[in-house]
Amino acid sequence: MDILLQQILNGLVLGSLYALVALGYTMVYGILELINFAHGEVVMLGALVALAVLGALAGSGLPTPVILALAVACAVPVCVATGFVIERVAYRPLRNAPRLAPLITAIGVSIVLQNLAMIIWGRQYVSFPPLVDLQIYELAGATLTNLQLAIFIVAAAIMAGLLALVRGTRLGRAMRATAQNREVAGLMGVDVNRVISATFMIGSALAAVAGFLVAAYYGLGHYGMGFMLGLKAFTAAVLGGIGNIPGAMLGGLLLGVIESLGAGYIGDLTGGFLGSHYQDIFAFLVLILVLVLRPSGLLGERVADRA
Amino acid sequence: MTAFRPLSLALALTLAAAASQAADVVRIGVVAPLTGPQAHLGKDIENGARLAIDEINATSPALGGKAVRFEVLAEDDQADPRTATIVGQKLVDSGVKAVVGHLNSGASIPASKIYSDAGIAQVSPVSTAILYTRQGFKTTFRTIANDGQQGKALGQYAVKIGKRVAVVDDRTAYGQGLADEVAKAVKAAGGEVVSREFTTDKSTDFTAILTSLKGKRPDAIVFCGMDPQAAPMIRQMKQLGIKATFMGGDGMQSAEFLKLAGSAAEGAIGSSPGLPLEKMPGGGEFTRKFNARFGKIQIYAPFAYDAATVLVTAMKKADSAEPAKYLPELAKVSIDGVIGPISFDQYGDLKQGAVTLYQVTGGQWVPLETMGGQ
Repeated sequence: MDILLQQILNGLVLGSLYALVALGYTMVYGILELINFAHGEVVMLGALVALAVLGALAGSGLPTPVILALAVACAVPVCVATGFVIERVAYRPLRNAPRLAPLITAIGVSIVLQNLAMIIWGRQYVSFPPLVDLQIYELAGATLTNLQLAIFIVAAAIMAGLLALVRGTRLGRAMRATAQNREVAGLMGVDVNRVISATFMIGSALAAVAGFLVAAYYGLGHYGMGFMLGLKAFTAAVLGGIGNIPGAMLGGLLLGVIESLGAGYIGDLTGGFLGSHYQDIFAFLVLILVLVLRPSGLLGERVADRA
Repeated sequence: MTAFRPLSLALALTLAAAASQAADVVRIGVVAPLTGPQAHLGKDIENGARLAIDEINATSPALGGKAVRFEVLAEDDQADPRTATIVGQKLVDSGVKAVVGHLNSGASIPASKIYSDAGIAQVSPVSTAILYTRQGFKTTFRTIANDGQQGKALGQYAVKIGKRVAVVDDRTAYGQGLADEVAKAVKAAGGEVVSREFTTDKSTDFTAILTSLKGKRPDAIVFCGMDPQAAPMIRQMKQLGIKATFMGGDGMQSAEFLKLAGSAAEGAIGSSPGLPLEKMPGGGEFTRKFNARFGKIQIYAPFAYDAATVLVTAMKKADSAEPAKYLPELAKVSIDGVIGPISFDQYGDLKQGAVTLYQVTGGQWVPLETMGGQ
């Protein structure tokens, strides 16, 4: 029983990371109907910038919370700027082009960012310096670390903040209006270009935080780390209903738990025929099932007729 | 006519002198990654082989009654299987009589066919994959223990820690091969493989498989793969409160593992083929000679030194640098090398391959025990 609980806890932590990244996909899709495949690479950039700052400050004698805050404070502007530039350079000129064109530039941007990171940080793994003392809490036979708890809380707080922003502020209202109908929103006095830029920048800020959390959780970063993470998060966004913000959160958490349970039990359930290295197929199995059975996702309603 | 005699005598003497200076050159290829992330390890191999060859040249060697000079021809395979075959062919085309290399099993295996087709001997100082010497080629040899010997050492030691052993591998040729050997050795030593889990060489999240391992209560977890997976795995193991001892092969017995895993690495056990340098029979003297000329030894220099030495020993025994003549001698060579006694079994594997287990103590790999060997 404690094993099942442990798998679910692991899944929720993993899922909250997926959810943070999935938000970036879903916000952009909601407004532009564009799948920003470079988003995973923005997460990677956030992780590597944060690790570089941590590495530089680890021996400086500053208190740990200050170092961690500085790492995030450096990663966020870098990612926000990257998100802004990506939109201006790769997507805006193609806004009225056939739908396939921006998808291809998205993949192009993703490759450029990966190679750029490879040139800057090299091919080797970058490690997270030993700043945080691990504390392990027991919970009904399962364990939870302070790190996992922090990831869960930070992700939840950010998601709550995002929901408040979208539902309660002028910018949020403008974003919702643009999502509903770009032309009409423009006619009503919404500066559509500004809203789209803001969406990319907010998504990239979330990506920076997600990258930092991923690096902290696994203890390392690598120029290729964003690719698989991005695909999983995209799946999570589709599962929840792409374009739908609460959907991305639900999709992320669900996908994390599905993967965790799947990888944990597949070996036992198939009598060793399929092993736990098939962990990654669960995400894509989910993607296929959702696309076939419920293309609008769990919470998505208005997307089916537009996708 | 008589007037010319002193002149022709002088001419003959001059020619003879020139011939002894231009002794026959026997080229020996040395191939390893000399650029890229493993360049320091590749250079270690090149320098080790160079040291051996230069020492041999200083003894004015002769083959078939003629003075010879051995020459190192170094090539860079970039640790890449495709480049390995290209530079391998280049060496063959330049007329090398034997090859010391490559470093990576993934490079040695494809290149070995080229050397076999050309009929020249290949002695790898580092490649441990069993397959390398099991392809049916008569030309493949190595001066390092193979993964079978390493897997046996890991499996036996795991059972000493506790009967319940879990084995995880990354599904690469190296990881899978080593894991099979570990599992075999665990069973042979009376232990039980309580779980066999798998991951990939690109994964970073192992919480699911570790949690399911936790339920099987293993005493030791043996991971067969490389350090970028081993480091997050041991971190996550500690996070999940798993008390089992973490063990792994030479893919994780690295300085990089210590760096990436940080304090979580403490207590981990890693195996590496060969004796620790200070325990090698010729280790002290070799270290002194090598340091004087090239600086610090990484890991593989003694193995490369011995690889070059056995090749020349076989050529001297056969009194010829022709592969067809010296290959039978190489197969039955027996020398006391820097790393210990060297002779080959029917596959070309080191007969008494030692494997040393190291444990992370105080943030360093500290030798624990050497298994096999003499």
